[in-house]
Amino acid sequence: MNGAMNGIDQWILTLILLAPLAGALVIALLPDRGKLPAWLALITALVTFGLTLHLPTHFVTGRPGFQFELDVPWITNPAIHYHVGVDGLSLWLVVLTGLLAPVGVLASWNAIQTRGKLFYSLFLVQQTAMAGVFVALDLMLYYGFWELSLVPMAVLIAMYGRKDGAKAATKFFLFTFIPSAPLLVAILWLYARTGTFSFAELQAQIAGGSLPAGALFWVALAFLFAFAVKVPIFPLHGWLADSFSEAPVAMAMVIAGKLGLYSMLRFHVGLFPVQVKCVAPVLIALTVIGILYGACLALVQRDFWRLIAFATLSHFSLTTLGIYGLTLTGRDGAVYQTLNQGVMEGALFVLLGVLDTRYANSQIAAYGGAAAKLPQTAAFFVITSLAMIGLPMLNGFIGEFLILSSTFTAVSKGWAIAATVSVILGSAYTLWLVQRLFYGPESSMTAEKPVTDLRWNEWIALVPLAVLMLVMGIVPSLWMPSIEGWLKQTPTQQAAAPERLTLPPLVLTAASGKEAAR
Amino acid sequence: MNGTTTMDLLRILPEVILVIAGILVMLVDAALPVGALRRGLIWIAAPGAVLALWASLYQLQLGTGTAFFGAVETSPFTVFFHALICGIVLVALLLAYDTMPRNGHHMGEFYALVLFGASGMCLLTGAVELLVVFIALEISSISTYILAGYRKHTGKGPEAAIKYFLLGSFATGFLLYGIALIFGATGTTQIYQIARLAPTAQNHTMVVLALLLMLVGIFFKVSAAPFHVWTPDVYEGAPSPVVALLSTAPKAAAFALLLRVLYEMLPSLRSLWSPLLWIVAVASMTIGNLAALRQQNVKRMLAYSSIAHAGYLLAAFAGADSTGISAAAFYAAAYAAMNVGIFAVVTLASGYDEELPLVADFRGLLYRAPLLGSVLIFFLVSLIGIPFTGGFFGKFYSFSAAVSGGAVALAIIGLLNSGIAAAYYVRLALSAAQRPEQAQAVPVQPQIGIAVGAALLFTVGATLWLGIAPEPILRAAEAAASALR
Repeated sequence: MNGAMNGIDQWILTLILLAPLAGALVIALLPDRGKLPAWLALITALVTFGLTLHLPTHFVTGRPGFQFELDVPWITNPAIHYHVGVDGLSLWLVVLTGLLAPVGVLASWNAIQTRGKLFYSLFLVQQTAMAGVFVALDLMLYYGFWELSLVPMAVLIAMYGRKDGAKAATKFFLFTFIPSAPLLVAILWLYARTGTFSFAELQAQIAGGSLPAGALFWVALAFLFAFAVKVPIFPLHGWLADSFSEAPVAMAMVIAGKLGLYSMLRFHVGLFPVQVKCVAPVLIALTVIGILYGACLALVQRDFWRLIAFATLSHFSLTTLGIYGLTLTGRDGAVYQTLNQGVMEGALFVLLGVLDTRYANSQIAAYGGAAAKLPQTAAFFVITSLAMIGLPMLNGFIGEFLILSSTFTAVSKGWAIAATVSVILGSAYTLWLVQRLFYGPESSMTAEKPVTDLRWNEWIALVPLAVLMLVMGIVPSLWMPSIEGWLKQTPTQQAAAPERLTLPPLVLTAASGKEAAR
Repeated sequence: MNGTTTMDLLRILPEVILVIAGILVMLVDAALPVGALRRGLIWIAAPGAVLALWASLYQLQLGTGTAFFGAVETSPFTVFFHALICGIVLVALLLAYDTMPRNGHHMGEFYALVLFGASGMCLLTGAVELLVVFIALEISSISTYILAGYRKHTGKGPEAAIKYFLLGSFATGFLLYGIALIFGATGTTQIYQIARLAPTAQNHTMVVLALLLMLVGIFFKVSAAPFHVWTPDVYEGAPSPVVALLSTAPKAAAFALLLRVLYEMLPSLRSLWSPLLWIVAVASMTIGNLAALRQQNVKRMLAYSSIAHAGYLLAAFAGADSTGISAAAFYAAAYAAMNVGIFAVVTLASGYDEELPLVADFRGLLYRAPLLGSVLIFFLVSLIGIPFTGGFFGKFYSFSAAVSGGAVALAIIGLLNSGIAAAYYVRLALSAAQRPEQAQAVPVQPQIGIAVGAALLFTVGATLWLGIAPEPILRAAEAAASALR
């Protein structure tokens, strides 16, 4: 590897963080004229996405530790470093963030009519904050991005809320901000004991056992609490439905899930493997409750944003179950499912955004037979729905299967069976939603209101996502090696029961098994 | 005068410059014809403040030392606070230039009073002789009493001034009584000599009593609970540009005095004042935040928030000596930057006569005036304590000082408090972000002039700088801390 290459590798993550900020600044300085902010945001988002693609192409699978690392002291006392890097866990999440940025811009193309300058500037700041969460390896830096990610989200929910944006935004902000107070105390306590905010050093010191176990339990709990709200996990999901129904589409698709799930994997499970075991049974119970509770509530929702909110609760609870089942297969599935969810939710929100901007109505009952007017939208919607209910050959299946099978074999048959019920419930509410929105007799609204089907920007946003759903379902081996490479070096490996790491052939055989079971 | 050397004068150079500038403003004001616009006097006042700022930094070259027979001191500590106060005064002057009524015939007085007040505040941070402390405090207080009642045509203006004056005089009385007692106990009013003599003073009770009385006076000035009741009324009645000054500069000076009294004069009583400050800190932040939650008037809400921030700052006093002092100094700077900034925004958004005083009136500000709305949200984000802003590092250092001093409970209470505080800051921020109601007629159209634009740029820049690259200011605060001991 030559010197220039080294330079790029070292600075690539910083560029990924700075590019959206630079774009935001340019948008803020230039006048708010027509589609200018939107075009600038699209260019910025595409450039950033291009930069993130550098990561998987130059990532060395299986090399232990972090790659593309950069570590410079930021503040000497306390010793806060600007320390960034990625490994198999965060690699694809950064790319996913990069991918969803242009999708978000394209999804907002027609929906955002006023104050585009503010919208796109804040949207890009949000991209930096999210990418920062995934790449920060210094706990204070991580905390900084974590908190920063709240601000643009809350402001944009308030600005573009459909009914009462300010209320939903306040709920969102406080739900996430207040638990981060204990998180900060916990981080400060760790620093007071160890003198470092560095993830790797903390991991080593905690594993070394020099810290008092009793206090560590509370520290770990403070971490978990902050992350659990963000995922969210039952019963901390109070903010989710309101935020989903009020947030602009581009923000709603990233509001839940990956930040919290990543943080759990990296900073809760990764730092406190011993403490995690104490709380795992509770979490397994809570996630199974969340899976069923979310699915049941999704069945009875009248507003499609709220339906998706509870469906999301159910799906992310399942992913969390994979994490806290404490099996490698489960975690493998959880990481993969986090990526899948990002893609599927992205597509789903674009599609629901299409309906909402066309008809300005999110009541499911008002729809019916929309497929006649919007055949392309309907087609994409069906593909996405099938992926969401875990149809084999589409991406949702693999993650779900890994999680459920590992829960069944290594955790508890009872919980696994209970969780599997959600597959049935999930199919029910998703397909029923499709049926009520797109098929059946035309409602007066769909019959009377003239609408246009997908526009060019929506096509461009949806096609890559649909292709990804298929590719991720058929060739998971493109993604799995780096994730498994990461799993192999997690400290819990010895603790977990001996088991096989999943490979694509297994998935395929399992697929037929699942079919047979049905 | 015998014994007064050039060196003595150099050591009070910023104060001298501020006073000369103030007198010049008064003289020119008197010489101008009756109907003439007085706004232009800023051209004397603002350069005066800039010059004073420069003089403060110049004083670094003089080294640490005292002047006027041990009455006044220059050290990195005084320079830190001098520079801070002069910076605040400069921003407040720029803000007043653009937002005070254009045809105001009292602008000359306004500028002069601000400058005189600033000289008092600067002197307060440098004084190491309790009588000079008292005089400096009076200079600064009397100017601010008058400024608080500047809008005398409204009912609330004179009310604010009289309330502030009566309660303030009462508090100063306490301080003076404390000074008298400590003089009785030790036979001196020089702070270093008191520090030497106090531990062996025969009448220990008198020293303790003196400390308590002085603390009452100082807590009043920094509006710490339970001596905070004047704050909301005064902030509501005083014009917003004055509040921008009032809520920061005199407080910074008073905090400097508090640091000096506690860490330099009576460190021997640490076992006494440390728990006392713990209680005052917790009371201030809790009372301030809970009261702010219920406020609908933006200025009253910010008044209670400033009480809470006094509490956060006092939490730093739980820290071990140098970390505590530097954390407090840093917090004073961070708080000043964001608070002056937010009052600047509030002045512009609600108008000089405050046609739009309520949180609900700020609805749609982001749509009406995107730049101003963004800046408002930025300052609120800093007040909440989101990373990459000065407010975060201020809180961070303050609470880590508390944790390192063993006051973990204080840090937890403080951080939970900042959660409560987020609720009302977010309420204002999101109200501004909301889409305006259709039928809303807006009496105030915010216009950002050059002067106030510079003021906003300065405060936004300072808040960001303190949040992204706090290292230089932190080093300065640490130098200040080491100078105090």
